[in-house]
Amino acid sequence: MKRGFTILAIVTGLLLSFALYEALIAAPTERTMGDVQRIFYYHVPSAWTAFLLFLINFIASVFFLIRHDSKSDILALVSAEVGVVFCTVVLVTGPIWARPVWGIWWTWDLRLTLTLVLWLIYVSYLMLRRFSTSSQTPKLAAVLAVFGALDIPLVYFSIWFFRTQHPSPVIGNGGSLDPRMAYVLLINWAAFLCLAWLVCWTRFRLEVLKREVEEAQALESLLEGPR
Amino acid sequence: MNSIHYLYAAYIATWAIHGIYLTILVRKYGRIRREMEKLRK
Repeated sequence: MKRGFTILAIVTGLLLSFALYEALIAAPTERTMGDVQRIFYYHVPSAWTAFLLFLINFIASVFFLIRHDSKSDILALVSAEVGVVFCTVVLVTGPIWARPVWGIWWTWDLRLTLTLVLWLIYVSYLMLRRFSTSSQTPKLAAVLAVFGALDIPLVYFSIWFFRTQHPSPVIGNGGSLDPRMAYVLLINWAAFLCLAWLVCWTRFRLEVLKREVEEAQALESLLEGPR
Repeated sequence: MNSIHYLYAAYIATWAIHGIYLTILVRKYGRIRREMEKLRK
């Protein structure tokens, strides 16, 4: 287990360095936007990673509601937390990219607004888990996660079905991305996926440890009895 | 501001966000370890 973690950490470090080199130096410069378009190589993979983590949160929450096992509950918590980190990256890099290209930092466009709503849903999920002391908290959080996940397809497909300020998909059906740029994009996504996996692994083990300590503390106070 | 500055700002912001989160995790681990030490005593 420890060896697997070390290998993953090394692979992630190497992949992130290579992806950074590819994004900043090797990728071709876009004709109209120039170098600022390279933000794309961090903005888009961060969004995809956040969507994936929120999807894992949804699946783990459904499992928890069915089976009531602590591992699903921990996985739901961890994926939401790391997903919020990646979604924060999306919400920060987006306006930094928009300012030189659109001339504005933010607009209440459908995709941007829905992404902000998605972030707020998962921040409220984490707040609920952090501050509620009820024994029903994991169940309530799981229900919130199931409903919150409804926003993921809305964010993803908003640029397909509505006219928005946000650009249309550049890869897949109808995409016109240069193959060299698509390669750099996928390398960066692979690097971010490895980073997300590494962080989730660490956070999962930390949460298991935390719960064990809390159980031991509860047991200790029971054994000591009232003073 | 030159457009290259926006590029650097975005990359620095990304790593700052990940760095802050990793620092929070390290501090959390430290707190749990201290609790474990206390329990062992």
